[in-house]
Amino acid sequence: MSLDEATVARIAHLARIKLDPKDAPALAGELSRILSFVEQLDAVDTGAVEPMTSPSPQALRWRADQVSDGKIQDKVLANAPDRVDGFFAVPKVVE
Amino acid sequence: MTALNHLTIAEALDGLAAKDFTAVELVTAHVEAMEKARPLNAFITETPDRALEQAKASDARRARGEARPLDGIPLAIKDLFCTEGVLTTAASHILDGFVPRYESTVSANLWRDGAVMLGKANLDEFAMGSANITSYYGPVRNPWTRTDDAEAQLVPGGSSGGSATAVAARLALGATGTDTGGSIRQPASFTGIVGMKPTYGRCSRWGIVAFASSLDQAGPMTRTVRDAALMLTSMAGFDPKDSTSIDRPVPDFAAALTGDVKGLKIGIPREYRVDGMPQAIEDLWAQGRAWLEAAGAQVVDITLPHTQYALPAYYIVAPAEASSNLARYDGVRYGLRVPGNSLIEMYENTRGQGFGQEVKRRVMIGTYVLSAGYYDAYYLKAQKVRQLIRDDFETAFGACDVILTPTAPSGAFALGEKQDDPVAMYLNDVFTVPANLAGLPGISVPTGLDGQGLPLGLQLIGRAFDEETIFRAAGVLEDAAGFTATPSLMV
Repeated sequence: MSLDEATVARIAHLARIKLDPKDAPALAGELSRILSFVEQLDAVDTGAVEPMTSPSPQALRWRADQVSDGKIQDKVLANAPDRVDGFFAVPKVVE
Repeated sequence: MTALNHLTIAEALDGLAAKDFTAVELVTAHVEAMEKARPLNAFITETPDRALEQAKASDARRARGEARPLDGIPLAIKDLFCTEGVLTTAASHILDGFVPRYESTVSANLWRDGAVMLGKANLDEFAMGSANITSYYGPVRNPWTRTDDAEAQLVPGGSSGGSATAVAARLALGATGTDTGGSIRQPASFTGIVGMKPTYGRCSRWGIVAFASSLDQAGPMTRTVRDAALMLTSMAGFDPKDSTSIDRPVPDFAAALTGDVKGLKIGIPREYRVDGMPQAIEDLWAQGRAWLEAAGAQVVDITLPHTQYALPAYYIVAPAEASSNLARYDGVRYGLRVPGNSLIEMYENTRGQGFGQEVKRRVMIGTYVLSAGYYDAYYLKAQKVRQLIRDDFETAFGACDVILTPTAPSGAFALGEKQDDPVAMYLNDVFTVPANLAGLPGISVPTGLDGQGLPLGLQLIGRAFDEETIFRAAGVLEDAAGFTATPSLMV
């Protein structure tokens, strides 16, 4: 698979990464090279194979449906780049 | 007497118990070594004050007769483990100023057992790399140099490159690492130390900055097999906070070092030969077989037919999981925020400036293989191939108890080499990635030097939750190899 610059720009937007247009050609080349490498897998017959999602031998555990922490608002907000009145603050999203 | 920073963990524990020296003296020697070795760039954050406080507390415990299993042992902690009150960066610009308000389970287990933190070790950004050259805080230097070109700056491998250099250069008695595709074992091989990746589920992932959650596993990096066993005994254990942590008892791993491998079946996979692999690695592998045979083990040829597909499967699964895990870095809750006119623009600016090139490549590959129309062709296909790789091991372990391979297809290379093509760099992990995909434990043991005087490791891979057999075989390999070479930039 060879990716063109428009596809790279679309992936960058999906990944929410601002792409400098002058980096797009090099990145398109690198990503295409990686995709060609992984496309070796097409040679493997995986007809009846179940996909493996985790090496863990166990089903996910359930925990008791109880509050296990809380009252740690200061800790939760301690690293926030911006906070207002005990909330995370972000640029305005609704006009 | 041996300089205190040249002891092994086992020797240091004996010396502390015999009152030959105090934890404060032991830790001070390491703090001084760490300062002297700053040009190696092994640490992102040094925590000497905290280390000396912990050392004093350790001496007080010992004086009261309450010494714990690792009491007073100074360690480097890979800066991927969240440490309460201490800057945690994952070597990324995007985590600027992030000071966790909680402690990772693995590091908490080490402090519970009396260990001392010297600082946070450098690494590849978000543990993505095999040379420790993607760190926002600059590359780490390997303390080893080529005999014919001592000036060439060599890489320590990655991603746990700072941890590896700290242990090899005698700045720490041991270090924590994490291994998603070889990030403990490959740098251990490049720097002449022992690196152990336990079975998936053995160590809690809670509080470790996530890269690829179905592959990540923490483990010890030390100068001897015994030290790795001692450290892992403290690091491991069930943790309800990690849904993939396994609830089973942690053995005393050091007790497994019986030196007896009589009758043990050592599998040699024929697929672990790659084009262009140096003769020194072929020779060392043959030597490893001979050593184990001489100790009474039985060598059997095995086949792992899907080996060549492990790396391509990994480079779909790992970036897919990374693209999902790294979605949390959006400039809202922690770390860097780069302003924008809208919320979306703020996200894009923050991630555009906050992530380095390799991280961007992997997040974008992950985004692509998970996107509508490509999910089945790439991601689902890779998950099926992953199952085939696991089945290969399952079959192989019907015929053998442990598998012997080279750890990496080369010794350490120079800064700047293999950097033009991401895929060339990925090939470093060709022998280590399969164990991650299958969730199996593996260890790298330093066993020889290449033609340029650089260390090479051999890898042992074992059955799930059978770290004890790996330690037992690794101990025999270590004794037979008698690896005593030391790096030229050792402190």
